[in-house]
Amino acid sequence: MNKAWALMLTFLILGLSGCGYNDLQSNDEQIKSSWAEVLNQYQRRADLVPNLVNTVKGYAAHEKEVLEQVTAARARVGGIQVTPELANDPQAFARFQEAQAQLSGALSRLLVVSENYPQLKADAAFRDLQAQLEGTENRITVARNRYIKAVQEYNVTVRRFPSNLTAMAFGYKVKPNFSVENERAISTPPQVDFGAPASNKPKESAPGANY
Amino acid sequence: MSVFVRGLFAAFMLGWTLLAGAQPLEVPPLSKRVTDLTATLTAQQAAMLENKLQSFEAQKGSQLAVLIVPSTGEETIDQYSIRVVEKWKLGRSRVDDGALLIVAKNDRALRIEVGYGLEGVLTDATAKRIISEIIVPRFKRGDFYGGIDAGVDSMIGVASGESLPPVKPRANGRPDDFSRLIPVVLMLTFVVGGALRSALGRMPAALLTGTGVGALSWVLFGGIGAPLMAALIAFLFILFGGGIGHGGGWHSGGRSGGGFGGFGGGGGSFGGGGASGKW
Repeated sequence: MNKAWALMLTFLILGLSGCGYNDLQSNDEQIKSSWAEVLNQYQRRADLVPNLVNTVKGYAAHEKEVLEQVTAARARVGGIQVTPELANDPQAFARFQEAQAQLSGALSRLLVVSENYPQLKADAAFRDLQAQLEGTENRITVARNRYIKAVQEYNVTVRRFPSNLTAMAFGYKVKPNFSVENERAISTPPQVDFGAPASNKPKESAPGANY
Repeated sequence: MSVFVRGLFAAFMLGWTLLAGAQPLEVPPLSKRVTDLTATLTAQQAAMLENKLQSFEAQKGSQLAVLIVPSTGEETIDQYSIRVVEKWKLGRSRVDDGALLIVAKNDRALRIEVGYGLEGVLTDATAKRIISEIIVPRFKRGDFYGGIDAGVDSMIGVASGESLPPVKPRANGRPDDFSRLIPVVLMLTFVVGGALRSALGRMPAALLTGTGVGALSWVLFGGIGAPLMAALIAFLFILFGGGIGHGGGWHSGGRSGGGFGGFGGGGGSFGGGGASGKW
């Protein structure tokens, strides 16, 4: 009898986290900080764009179309009001994702084009910018992956019994996540795929560079 | 029926092995600063690098490490290396001053992965330069030790420029791991509650224990729901539960501290900074 009670008590106290309130709190905070990191890295990329465009312009001014695309995509990204609440609104979230994906696409086209200008490629400033861009893309991937994991954990807590009751009582709702499709595209670093001629060496091209 | 079950089992096992085949590459354990899984470096060369990195850590506190693997499998080197550093946690906790030089020999790819705390000096551009101007030319000649050694030298040179907090002797034991206190709370409920009950009677003892447990778990875990629940349970238990019999064994888990002698990550975090290259 005593043992049974002791066991039950143990389970109940250990199961306190089963009511899920604290889990919800820590998951929610985790999401907020991962989301801030995602935004931070996207911002870092957007900040690189003007410099990059100017450098490329110096050598390849007549690549107007690509340069304009990048500038326009950059402007669109900058035009989105980025607030922490953005992550809770599926529609705004989708718009944000789309704008960022467009910038990714435009940037990778810019890099493709720049391959045609040996002088540009030899420019130290351009190489540094390219390294920064690559590094930033990788940081974005990492930040997005961490955000995805955080949201996943949170959503599981919100939907599972019994923490779903707590979530309902306190008004916690399932959050939108980065879509898988987009995730695959993004986690592949901007690849330079030469369908077009005029490249001196074949670059390694991976499938899935479909922005 | 049994045929069906067996078939199901076989299908399950097959699925399992297929899944296992698709698993990404295992991250090797971290036991020293230079981990060479390809036997590219001689024991002496590895020891020299090890000494260099060790004396740098002793002087500056920053943990640098070298990993040479045959291949990163299906993943790109970026994806693999972030998993490695997430597991190894190079660099001091909250200073995040770790960095990893990783070489995938058969993929002919390498990467410098930089912890948050070193991103200021070992920027992506700097890392890229170290790779393409210092390491890759030597790798192209087949001089792996020379490339890694020179690369490590430049990483050390660059990282020396970052102003980092001074080296402190590593603290023993992990601080504030609250979840370890749960058994203590339980014990207290049993022992104190039981004692109070025989001293004061059921109702007062239950009230006291409930309040105590509630307050304690509020202090430890925060929030409102959990401490209230804990208080309620303790209250009910003491009120209605039987007395505690003697002889309940309490085994302490013999957990060893670990980490002596060998090399381990200090708890630093990484965010994907650094650069990759090919040769």
